[in-house]
Amino acid sequence: MASSAVSTSTAHAHDTHHDEHEHHELSFIRKYVFSEDHKTIGKQFLFTGIFWAIIGGLLSVLFRIQLGFPGADLTFLKPLLGGWITAEGTLDPEFYLAMVTMHGTIMVFFVLTAGLSGTFSNFLIPLQVGARDMASGFMNMLSYWFFFVSSVIMFISLFIKTGPAAGGWVIYPPLSALPQAISGSGLGMTLWLVSMALFIVSSLLGGINYITTVINLRTQGMTFSRLPLTIWAFFLTAVIGLLSFPVLFSAALLLIFDRSFGTSFYLSEIYIGGEALPNMGGSPILFQHLFWFLGHPEVYIVLLPALGITSEIIATNSRKPIFGYKAMVLSMVAIGFLSFIVWAHHMFVTGMNPFLGSVFMLLTLIIAVPSAVKAFNYITTLWKGNIVFTPAMLFSIALVSFFISGGLTGIILGNSALDIQLHDTYFVVAHFHLVMGSASFFGLMAGVYHWFPKMFGRMMDEKLGYIHFWLTFVGVYLVFFPLHYIGIAGFPRRYYSFTSYDAFSSFTDLNMFVSISAIITFSAQFIFLFNFIYSIFRGRLAPANPWRSNTLEWTTPRIPEHGNWPGKIPTVYRWPYDYSKPGAPEDFIPQNVPLSATPESNLENEMEEAQKEQVAAH
Amino acid sequence: MTNFLIVSALILLLAILFLVFRIQTLVSVLKGSYHQRAGYSNKVNAFLFMAFLVFGLIALYWSYTSSTKDFLPESASEHGVITDKLFWITMGIITIAFVVTHVLLFYFAYRYQYSDKRKAEFFPDNTKLEIIWTIIPAVVMAGLVFSGLKIWTDITAPAPENATLVEIKGKQFGWQVRYAGSDGKIGGYDYRLIDATNTFGMDFSDKSNFDDFVPREIRLPKGKPVQFNIRAVDVLHSVFLPHFRQKMDAVPGMMTTFHFVPKYTTEEMRAITGNPKFNYELACTEICGRGHFAMRMIVVVEEEDAYNKWYKEQKSWLSSNPDYIASVPHSMKNLALEKAGLETETSN
Ligand code: HEM
Ligand SMILES: [Cu+2]
Ligand SMILES: [Cu+2]
Repeated sequence: MASSAVSTSTAHAHDTHHDEHEHHELSFIRKYVFSEDHKTIGKQFLFTGIFWAIIGGLLSVLFRIQLGFPGADLTFLKPLLGGWITAEGTLDPEFYLAMVTMHGTIMVFFVLTAGLSGTFSNFLIPLQVGARDMASGFMNMLSYWFFFVSSVIMFISLFIKTGPAAGGWVIYPPLSALPQAISGSGLGMTLWLVSMALFIVSSLLGGINYITTVINLRTQGMTFSRLPLTIWAFFLTAVIGLLSFPVLFSAALLLIFDRSFGTSFYLSEIYIGGEALPNMGGSPILFQHLFWFLGHPEVYIVLLPALGITSEIIATNSRKPIFGYKAMVLSMVAIGFLSFIVWAHHMFVTGMNPFLGSVFMLLTLIIAVPSAVKAFNYITTLWKGNIVFTPAMLFSIALVSFFISGGLTGIILGNSALDIQLHDTYFVVAHFHLVMGSASFFGLMAGVYHWFPKMFGRMMDEKLGYIHFWLTFVGVYLVFFPLHYIGIAGFPRRYYSFTSYDAFSSFTDLNMFVSISAIITFSAQFIFLFNFIYSIFRGRLAPANPWRSNTLEWTTPRIPEHGNWPGKIPTVYRWPYDYSKPGAPEDFIPQNVPLSATPESNLENEMEEAQKEQVAAH
Repeated sequence: MTNFLIVSALILLLAILFLVFRIQTLVSVLKGSYHQRAGYSNKVNAFLFMAFLVFGLIALYWSYTSSTKDFLPESASEHGVITDKLFWITMGIITIAFVVTHVLLFYFAYRYQYSDKRKAEFFPDNTKLEIIWTIIPAVVMAGLVFSGLKIWTDITAPAPENATLVEIKGKQFGWQVRYAGSDGKIGGYDYRLIDATNTFGMDFSDKSNFDDFVPREIRLPKGKPVQFNIRAVDVLHSVFLPHFRQKMDAVPGMMTTFHFVPKYTTEEMRAITGNPKFNYELACTEICGRGHFAMRMIVVVEEEDAYNKWYKEQKSWLSSNPDYIASVPHSMKNLALEKAGLETETSN
């Protein structure tokens, strides 16, 4: 009780504080560029994320061409790539690795961390918990601009002469520490490290804000048990980020020391380029531990927001409460917690003590249980629903499919005995592209289609959305399902070509097929891009609550101004999932409708609460 | 000219598509279909999910069966037979889970598509159901974990005493192997002694080095345990022997190991695979630079007799690089010459 009283009073304090400012007209720059408004910041993250998704996708198409059509003549790319196209017109093998590295880095961090969490945590947290803005608008603005600078640096690194970082997105030393080993470990790696350091600062600034806002700025009546699952997901994601990103930061810092100041944290007994380096006593394995201590939680930093977004969308469009709200929250908490103690499943065959391998295998397979619970709950939410297939709903259902098919292969990879053969093969590539890449990407898409009306006050075109969805959904399976087969056959990843091996000489047709599917899938994204840009300017005007949804953001005006609600912030009286409640005239009851106003549909315990409400009102 | 034509054709195509899109939008506005909660498209999408399910399952079955011949190549190590079995059991379980959940997911999507006449069922939770489906995966997982743990512990247990030792060293971009020679001991090394010739950094104050030999290919005896001692001199590499189901990173500054028992000779594998040119191959599976994809080496497995004969015939590294006798401490010179199979100096 005490906590809700506190949150109420702060919300009110914020209210009055806000009123004082209401009549200032902000300059263009303060309104759209250095904005402190969470909605503008969310959109800034979205636009930047889309930009990066195009770059990251383009890179994957380029290296897929090399894999599907080895030795294809790419001379026409010479104006763009210069020396990275060899005299024969093929791609330089080192540049191939650089592209894979940049693709991974861009997709994981810039698209699916910043573009997904950054967009929706910023946009939705204040709107759904009922706050005027984030706890600190200024820090929030900094968070975006740190990300922006980090993006600029990463982007520049694509064009420097020695090429961008090329040691894989996991940047394992010594490869990433020694420019003698690969040219991308020169300036390219330095820029990568600087960019990522800024990126981490941005994430931390954002994360602290999300957490504080959720804890302190909930409107009256918005208890934790009435939070939409989106908010739970963003909140837990921010907590995970806050605990894990600093570890990546220190890992990067030690790597910087090794690279520039002659320390030996990760380096030992190296003979390269005709000389023996002086470093002794370091351990490359240490870096791997530090990296994956972030790296594994990062998978959930990417995935949880997508799960939150789709829980909300699936409940809304099935016109049913999400099945097992408590179990959904608990499984997210469990996944969040377990994600910190499974990191070494990426290291079964790195020379780590095999006993540690056993421990991590045990812990890893435990995480399958809460994940399975989530999948079952999603499916049960559809059961006996009354499903409206908006584009957002289609993407959400597809997310469940990817989450299952990618998650199931995790059961194989988490088993250390089986991982011996499959580690660092295409089986892994297939696994994580489905469960983390595609699932999160579809969560992002679902979110954009669903909240576009709130972001821009207009509707996206549904038909184009359907076409975009079906091409992408079928395309993703055609690209990534066959990669399992290639992996079971033993094909290692990060290979420029397979032609020198007899063992990996099969599946040339399949590789070609995958590449063609990838190109088509990538092209289909331009349908989305057109729809997105066109609808911002010319889309139909959005109704107040287009999806007949319960959450608070739909109680704001069509385009919410700074401060979100023109009058008082609405009070919350119920959880967000009162869809198709028996006895209710409509199939949804928004959170701000008092229980006392719906005697016909109240459940037994709600009757009592309704009475209390009335007493309190007097 | 052709480029110009292609570009203008593309622009024309895009313009037509755009027009179709505009007309379609205007027609929908006129028909007022935006005011319906769920129109014809809803039915189409529901149907497409069913179609996706059916075609997807057929495609799954077809692609799976037509690719199995290229899946996990015949296992040529003893533990590989065991892990393969666990792999296929796990695959079976996850395939069942995959099919069941997907049938439910897409069937529900189709079956419960929107209808004005129906209201969704208010079904917020059911503790019994949730407990059941928490326990089932937990039990299945426990089964898989414990069978996996047992196999993993066996595979990673210390190698038997009599295992044949092979030292393998990765560098950018190639592998080299070193055998113990007649004394059965691989000599010590120091990375500061590495040079263009002595690529292992063999330390000749250690007498075990005198008879070590460095052949061009890896040979292994069939049916006997072999242990690989794995090193790297520059960056991480990883030893991957796909047919032996074995993989381990090569780490600068830290020796790693694995051991296994080869089951078939190369000749036998040629018969089994029906490929007269079959060879066991070694690949690198840790990104190590521009030549990562080309760190191939051939492994030959022979019957024990043939292997022993070959082993005896190998000349020590020192005998092919007599210059390095100079780095042997004076007191051991004779021993070195003798063990390396060179003329001893007493004759002068
Ligand atoms: C157009 C869609 C995409 C295609 C065709 C694609 C394809 C690929 C391929 C072929 C690789 C190289 C595998 C290897 O050699 O190791 C790769 C690597 C990777 N991809 Fe994607 N991908 C796509 C989208 C995504 C998305 C959405 C993500 C987000 C998680 C992602 C994350 C990664 C990562 C982390 C790597 C590993 C990079 C590394 O090895 O350092 N990809 N991708
Ligand atoms: Cu992990
Ligand atoms: Cu390599």
